[in-house]
Amino acid sequence: MASLHVLANPARFRRFSQRVLPALSVVTALALAVGLWLALIESPPDYQQGETVRIMFIHVPSAWLSMMGYGLLAALGASLLVWRHPLAALMARGAAPVGAVFAAVCLLTGSLWGRPMWGTYWVWDARLTSMLLLFFLYLGHIALSRAYDDSERGDRAAAILALVGVINLPVIKFSVDWWNTLHQPASVMKLGGPSIDPSILTPLLVMAVALLLLFIVLVMLRTETEIDRRRLEAAEMAL
Amino acid sequence: MVNHTPFIVGAYIVALLGFGGLVIASLVARRRIKRELSARGLSGERVRR
Repeated sequence: MASLHVLANPARFRRFSQRVLPALSVVTALALAVGLWLALIESPPDYQQGETVRIMFIHVPSAWLSMMGYGLLAALGASLLVWRHPLAALMARGAAPVGAVFAAVCLLTGSLWGRPMWGTYWVWDARLTSMLLLFFLYLGHIALSRAYDDSERGDRAAAILALVGVINLPVIKFSVDWWNTLHQPASVMKLGGPSIDPSILTPLLVMAVALLLLFIVLVMLRTETEIDRRRLEAAEMAL
Repeated sequence: MVNHTPFIVGAYIVALLGFGGLVIASLVARRRIKRELSARGLSGERVRR
């Protein structure tokens, strides 16, 4: 925890990120290559879904990471509002578009899976609707943080939205248990362990790790950019 | 029986465009801000809020 506080200094984070990013990018590319090979070539078709199960290897990790990303935004929002950590606002600005893209990929790939499996691209079921709401919350966060001339006011407004919107995360997770949904219940993160065959579970988990690494790389890269953008703004204001 | 191949290919194209586009946009933004900083002679480490 103490090391996290040390990294909350933007200049220190920037130096850390510049040291770590090149190696992490290479590891991410390798993990993605292995994940895609397992997902597209090595794994067998599912006994029910057939080849369409291959969509799950992108759809499911994207859903997990878009939810994790929003949890990160909420934690950064709390960190900004309570402790005024200088890095929190900059990292939130960097992370929100990344989370939004993961949410969009989840929605679109789910839709492309739904058409052959359910016979429809979309239904207003609780899981799909709460996931769409998560995407809109990301868009709201991006819009709010850029809505003010004074960027600190925008950061605070976006932080409040992130904290209010975090209530949507348990709704997404438990929507399939609380309501009758067309979306199937959890089959990986559930009590009693995963109910998926290892031949499908392995590529799913490898893709999840690869996309998690991609998420981290993108957030670090974009946070570096936001730190430098803030330096530029400060320098222009000083003129 | 629906042919599933276009949906699988479509999903991977969506992922490629989404993630690939984000990587490219992030790298372009990083490069642009670095160029602007060096144009103003701000290559130091000090960060102000």
